[in-house]
Amino acid sequence: MKRPGKMLREVLSHLTKKPATKKYPAEPIKLPDGFRGRLRFYPEKCVGCKLCMKDCPANAITIEKVGDTFEAIVNLDRCIYCAQCVDSCNKKALEMTKQFELAQIDRRALKVKV
Amino acid sequence: MMMQLFYILIFPGFLFLYLMSFILEYEDRIIYARLQNRKGPPLFQPLADFIKLLAKEDIVPECADKKIFKLMPMIALTAVVTSFFYIPIWGVNSLYPFKGDLIVVLYLLTIPTVTFFLAGWSSTSLYSTIGAVRTLTQLFSYEVLLFLSVLSPAMLADSWSLGDMASFYNERPAMMLFNIVAFGMSLVAMLGKLEKVPFDIAEAETEIVGGTFTEYSGRLFAFFRMAINMEMVVGASLIAAVFLPFGLTLDPVYGFMLYIVKVFFVIFFLSVGRTVFARLRIDQMVSVCWKYFAPIAFAQIVLILIVKGVVL
Amino acid sequence: MGTVKIPIGPQHPALKEPESFLISLDGERIKDVGMRLGYNHRGVEKAAEGRTYIQNIYLIERVCGICSHSHSTAFIQAVEEVAGVEIPKRAKYIRSIVGELERVHSHLLWLGVAGHEVGFDTLLMYSWRDREVVMELLAAIGGNRVNYAMNTFGGARRDLDKDMLERILKAVDVLEDRTKYYINIATKETTLIKRLSGVGYISKDDVIKLGTVGPTGRASGISRDARKDDPYAAYGEVDFNVITDTHCDVYGRAVVRLLELMETYKIIRQLIKNIPDGDIAVRFPRRVPAGEATSRYEAPRGEDVHYVKGNGTDKPERVKLRAPTLANLMSVAKMLEDDNLADVPIAIAAIDPCFSCTDRMIKLEHSSGNSEIVTWGDLRKRSIDFYRTQHGIDFSELNKKYRGNL
Repeated sequence: MKRPGKMLREVLSHLTKKPATKKYPAEPIKLPDGFRGRLRFYPEKCVGCKLCMKDCPANAITIEKVGDTFEAIVNLDRCIYCAQCVDSCNKKALEMTKQFELAQIDRRALKVKV
Repeated sequence: MMMQLFYILIFPGFLFLYLMSFILEYEDRIIYARLQNRKGPPLFQPLADFIKLLAKEDIVPECADKKIFKLMPMIALTAVVTSFFYIPIWGVNSLYPFKGDLIVVLYLLTIPTVTFFLAGWSSTSLYSTIGAVRTLTQLFSYEVLLFLSVLSPAMLADSWSLGDMASFYNERPAMMLFNIVAFGMSLVAMLGKLEKVPFDIAEAETEIVGGTFTEYSGRLFAFFRMAINMEMVVGASLIAAVFLPFGLTLDPVYGFMLYIVKVFFVIFFLSVGRTVFARLRIDQMVSVCWKYFAPIAFAQIVLILIVKGVVL
Repeated sequence: MGTVKIPIGPQHPALKEPESFLISLDGERIKDVGMRLGYNHRGVEKAAEGRTYIQNIYLIERVCGICSHSHSTAFIQAVEEVAGVEIPKRAKYIRSIVGELERVHSHLLWLGVAGHEVGFDTLLMYSWRDREVVMELLAAIGGNRVNYAMNTFGGARRDLDKDMLERILKAVDVLEDRTKYYINIATKETTLIKRLSGVGYISKDDVIKLGTVGPTGRASGISRDARKDDPYAAYGEVDFNVITDTHCDVYGRAVVRLLELMETYKIIRQLIKNIPDGDIAVRFPRRVPAGEATSRYEAPRGEDVHYVKGNGTDKPERVKLRAPTLANLMSVAKMLEDDNLADVPIAIAAIDPCFSCTDRMIKLEHSSGNSEIVTWGDLRKRSIDFYRTQHGIDFSELNKKYRGNL
């Protein structure tokens, strides 16, 4: 039957229920496995093919040779967290972590060695 | 003299009204939030909003009528605060009772609406102008309803004085039950008066930005908001005094607590009302008010007349 | 009051994105609507030409925040057609499942927005709360709530394991329950119906004339759905109905979207039941041969058309996207004829607009041969001149100082 106030019962039943609001940041948020957050780099696995650099849609990652090993520098503000570099890497030297709270006041602090 | 000043400025006058307006705004917001399954604001949020607005810059539009623009918030506030003195809070009598104070309260409550219109009109913004016109159109649809519904208990008590009405119902509590329909109608009219959903047509943010208050900012807007919140307190107190006049001979402390409970009860209805409806269009509101609510209120008056003839 | 011209947009609370509607009002009644596009041009098509195909997946995915999977699938389908690569069947199913989940979250989002536009915030809060179910599901599937990045050339990037499929089925049960509740609300709540029915009327003939697509067109009785007419991914193997309605107004569009959700749940259940085992992707060459292809995709808002032209390198020669809003936008002016001012937000929202996806730049070539191109530097110079001559403020020093940083 059509009537005004059709949601009344549903609405009143929520008076005693716990709010659905997530209390972030007071309570940490639960992230699913496989979440795409900040990159992690394993220098010992890297062979320096730079495929990740080539495929990165945002030109966020740079691999540099330092001495005998490699170093990955990521611009966290440019990174779009698509994980294409992880897919492109044949040696599994890159990996996504669950870390996502990356805000910084200073922009330069976002250019990090991962 | 000192006592009078205390009454007017501190309790139950301005300061009490000021604090009560924050408490009731909080209650309204938290119930609204809980009904929507949200957490809602913390207790001090209304006060924090007010202080923040006070700290902001006042911007007056270049083309606006500056005097009226600046004056209107104050007039709205004054009218609301004045009307509060004539409403009994606990006990039978208000601060300054006289014969016909009910009518005065109703008229004083109309003034804020008129100031909204003038404020919107004088700020010359397109959105404000449309909001102002809507405010007046709205006034014509809910004002009659409010008067009809508030006057029917007065007719039953045979008095235009809130004090006399209170003592009448205090002696014959069962008589209150005849006014239930009018109670419902007065809640509807109060939703219109306070411009809450489904009658927030004059400040419908998705259509005309902020309506009447589009150009208001800073202190002036803070005072307007305060006036609206105080109007909520006064309106709830009026409804409580007219429709729920029981327990008035209690000890002042208990009487005061009972008053708070009554006001919370009225605000709860208003909050639920604004939760479960969609905003109506202005033409729909006018037709609903005149086609359905006004006849119901008339029927209530007819009922009262019959009751008066038969019972009294 | 005589005729008043009131601007809705480019910045207005009713619009979630910048777009300008200039509305001529006679009292509260709309006389005329002027529309102006182009406030949000992002140059995606041009940018796509300068990037490799792999980089483009993520660029195209970000064309739209709501139908991210739709755009990337449409683009990838076109590229796969150019390259002549057939993807594994399991990948097709995965694409369809994610696409349908995306439809669920898009339609629930729309329901909330529609509620907000008519001042029914409770509906917004409830429908968005329930939308969290599917958002969290998509985050678990793809690793992100908005850009799932599930697509790659030659298949899907992540597999859906058994646990995940069961989780999807459970979530679908919950969502189906809630959707039934919303159908009940939308068709029974009087104040909501009063605000929706009769608003934004557009007849079937006009819909055909203006080329309206998606739920907007289907609400005017046109049975057109790319999933049915030109099946892609796994849609050829599932059984579902194209929902149409004959109300031709916003109410009809709401009903179509809500009933479509019920069909979507049906589709997801069938897909999960029949999903085949096997690989999720095949190898795909980095260089795509020369050739061109067009692909159609039924995004939640309507039909999405992508055109890709390859030239044998690893970058496309040309990418052209037609977002559904472009097809629907022209109907808004027609819909608003003789409506009330109060109906403007909901009538615009009812096409589920996505203005940023729509905006394109057009370069006009005069027949005389002189065309004008304004560069970034010119624009800067013009604005500095404007402030100097009109307001007496000189920004040129400031400009010199900060030029290097900008």
